[in-house]
Amino acid sequence: MKKINQLKMVFDSKSVNESFSRVAVGAFSSQLDMTVEELGDIKTVVSEAVTNCIVHAYGDNIGNIYITCTVFEEGVIRISIRDKGCGMEDVKKAMEPLYTSKGGDRSGLGFSVMECFSDKLKVRSKPGVGTTVTVEKKIKGKVR
Amino acid sequence: MSVTIKTKDSQMYAFIKGEIDHHTVPSIREQIDDAVCDCGNVNTLVLDFGDVSFMDSSGVGLVMGRYRFITPMNIKLRVDNLSNRDYKIMRMSGIEKLAQINQKTESESK
Repeated sequence: MKKINQLKMVFDSKSVNESFSRVAVGAFSSQLDMTVEELGDIKTVVSEAVTNCIVHAYGDNIGNIYITCTVFEEGVIRISIRDKGCGMEDVKKAMEPLYTSKGGDRSGLGFSVMECFSDKLKVRSKPGVGTTVTVEKKIKGKVR
Repeated sequence: MSVTIKTKDSQMYAFIKGEIDHHTVPSIREQIDDAVCDCGNVNTLVLDFGDVSFMDSSGVGLVMGRYRFITPMNIKLRVDNLSNRDYKIMRMSGIEKLAQINQKTESESK
């Protein structure tokens, strides 16, 4: 795939930035002339991944969240959301629908939602080092 | 984000407006739970999502949490006016087995 444009951003793992990050990625992605539905998919995926960084990776601490968003000529968008937080021992378990390590009002659906609204989802994690979530989505766009 | 509470015939309506995410949920939850506690004779709580502009899985947590909170008080839960996307996300949790969830009617949704 041929890369045509890229956004990189780093921000604090504060919940107030959840809205900012999904809107920023959505705005950058919009150069692909996508449908309202597709834009919603991207914002939802980013929101889930960033929330995971804030709630799980950094917990009570504040750390950096790194987002790289790459647009390819083929109309594919790749978003990677990375943290240097606690990481996960068992990625497979964390990705099970309804599983949550926190309880309370967490639904345990974060990864399921990311999977549902993207074409490819890859999660790499190492305890004590951090987690990288990479999603890809082919933008079909308005009927061309 | 705002929550408007209206009570009619022992049904309490909570109209949620704006974005529902991990950042906004605590305030929404507090406003709804306070209203439920302050009002004595409610038999149904209706969460109206008609003016929700964005929701991620935090919205599911909000609904499931309200279900757990009001069920011991013998109050039923219903969710109205979900967009197609929000309805799809809600259904991933299986919440429809516990509470009635309704989509926006065709003319209202985009």
